[in-house]
Amino acid sequence: MSEPILRVQDIRKSFDGSGVLRGVSLEIREGEVVVIVGPSGCGKSTLLRCINGLETIDSGEIRLHNEVISGRKKDLHLVRQKIGMVFQSYDLFPHMKVMDNLLLGPVRALGRPREEVEKEALQMLDRVGLREKADVYPRTLSGGQKQRVALVRAMLMNPELLLLDEITAALDPEMVSEVLNVVIDLARGGMTMAIVTHEMRFAEAVADRILFLEDGVILEESDPETFFHSPKTERAARFLQSFTYASRRDGAEKQSKNNPQG
Amino acid sequence: MDWSFIGAHVPDYLEGAWVTLRFGLYGVLCSLAVGVLCCLVRYFRIPVLRQVAAGYVELARNTPLLVQLFFLYAGLPRVGIRLSAEACAVIGLTFLGGGYMAEAFRSGLDAVDRSQAEAGACIGLTPAQNIRYVIFPQALATAVPAVFANVIFLIKETSVFSVLAMMDLMNVADTLRTGGGRTVEVLFMLAAAYLLILLPVSVAATLVERRLRYAGFGDSRPV
Ligand SMILES: Nc1ncnc2c1ncn2[C@@H]1O[C@H](COP(=O)(O)OP(=O)(O)O)[C@@H](O)[C@H]1O
Ligand SMILES: [Mg+2]
Repeated sequence: MSEPILRVQDIRKSFDGSGVLRGVSLEIREGEVVVIVGPSGCGKSTLLRCINGLETIDSGEIRLHNEVISGRKKDLHLVRQKIGMVFQSYDLFPHMKVMDNLLLGPVRALGRPREEVEKEALQMLDRVGLREKADVYPRTLSGGQKQRVALVRAMLMNPELLLLDEITAALDPEMVSEVLNVVIDLARGGMTMAIVTHEMRFAEAVADRILFLEDGVILEESDPETFFHSPKTERAARFLQSFTYASRRDGAEKQSKNNPQG
Repeated sequence: MDWSFIGAHVPDYLEGAWVTLRFGLYGVLCSLAVGVLCCLVRYFRIPVLRQVAAGYVELARNTPLLVQLFFLYAGLPRVGIRLSAEACAVIGLTFLGGGYMAEAFRSGLDAVDRSQAEAGACIGLTPAQNIRYVIFPQALATAVPAVFANVIFLIKETSVFSVLAMMDLMNVADTLRTGGGRTVEVLFMLAAAYLLILLPVSVAATLVERRLRYAGFGDSRPV
């Protein structure tokens, strides 16, 4: 197997004295898709934010291609040019048209020629079905469209690693799949990703590996088959249980698996 | 109303208007620069300078321009610094306006969601690029009404320049009134002159605000 792209070693992070990450280690190899699941408040967002330096870590070390990227201040933007991140809230720039949203990073941060990036951007928009939206302002887009644009914006930086933090959590249910299909497409294309999600079917479909985070520590690390069908820890089993509903007709014994809605 | 008196003195008022407009404009432009500088210092939390900027803003906004001008014109020569009336006028107006503009920009910056700065950082922008392309344009959109209000306020404040013996609109009117005594005509022309200068500014403010409101944001190409 190849050298890991990302290596997180025993990182700790606390807010106001309470430990949010309490010794987390993980590795992500090239082309690998790692999905991080766990109850709300367990530190998933904090973990992703520490990786690209939006939060500083208290101890431990983060390496990208064997180069230490944690604890840096000065050239943090150079690190972030290699690590893309998309949030739940899209955060498109409302004062720029879609195309300008897409061009800003490649043209200003990377210094690439505008025409060249524009061509690439149109191709990418086409791939996610939004070619005709290049010239509109973000406020005219639906949530699902905004999030697809946000994904394209991150991908146009040609990141080595993409971090996705609950990117469908703010979407109406009917828009979830149009966004997640883009992610699956990226995964097929070999994109290396760390994904936080509450969409368990998606997690099972896209993941090479599942990390179960609880209370700031990784409690379980397995392939999706094992994690979803025979979790090793009782905590993980209970967590998965929370996504299922007892059927009204069959009583409590027989339970049907369902996607969480809302 | 003595229209022939009014007609005869239009050229005086034009000259006064030119002084008011020119020095008002210098003051406004310098105020904008000082305001941007102050709010950048505060945004990036630059130590020491940040406290200096905060102190300056309070001082500028809570002392009358008249007092600031007296200090420049009569106080500074005591310590050997002698400035022309024009220099005092521009510096004084900038001192006052810089404080107000800083506050206007700050309220604009406060209105930009934190997550916008994070999104800019996530596509690898440097902090300076982030401010320039992501944060500031949005902050400006919010700050525009306050900025225009300050412009109008500052141009009206130029009427204090007459204490520096500058022949601005106010001084032209004062001179005519004490010389000829036609108070009604003199004040009528004074009001008309200020109105002619400030009305276009007000209209421009309304247009820009409306554009920002209805179009969401303008369609300039920021990249
Ligand atoms: N900036 C912050 N300041 C203080 N507490 C925070 C901050 N960010 C996150 N936390 C706390 O850290 C814990 C983990 O948060 P988070 O990483 O967002 O969890 P998750 O994404 O798994 O829901 C929560 O208890 C949250 O309140
Ligand atoms: Mg979260």
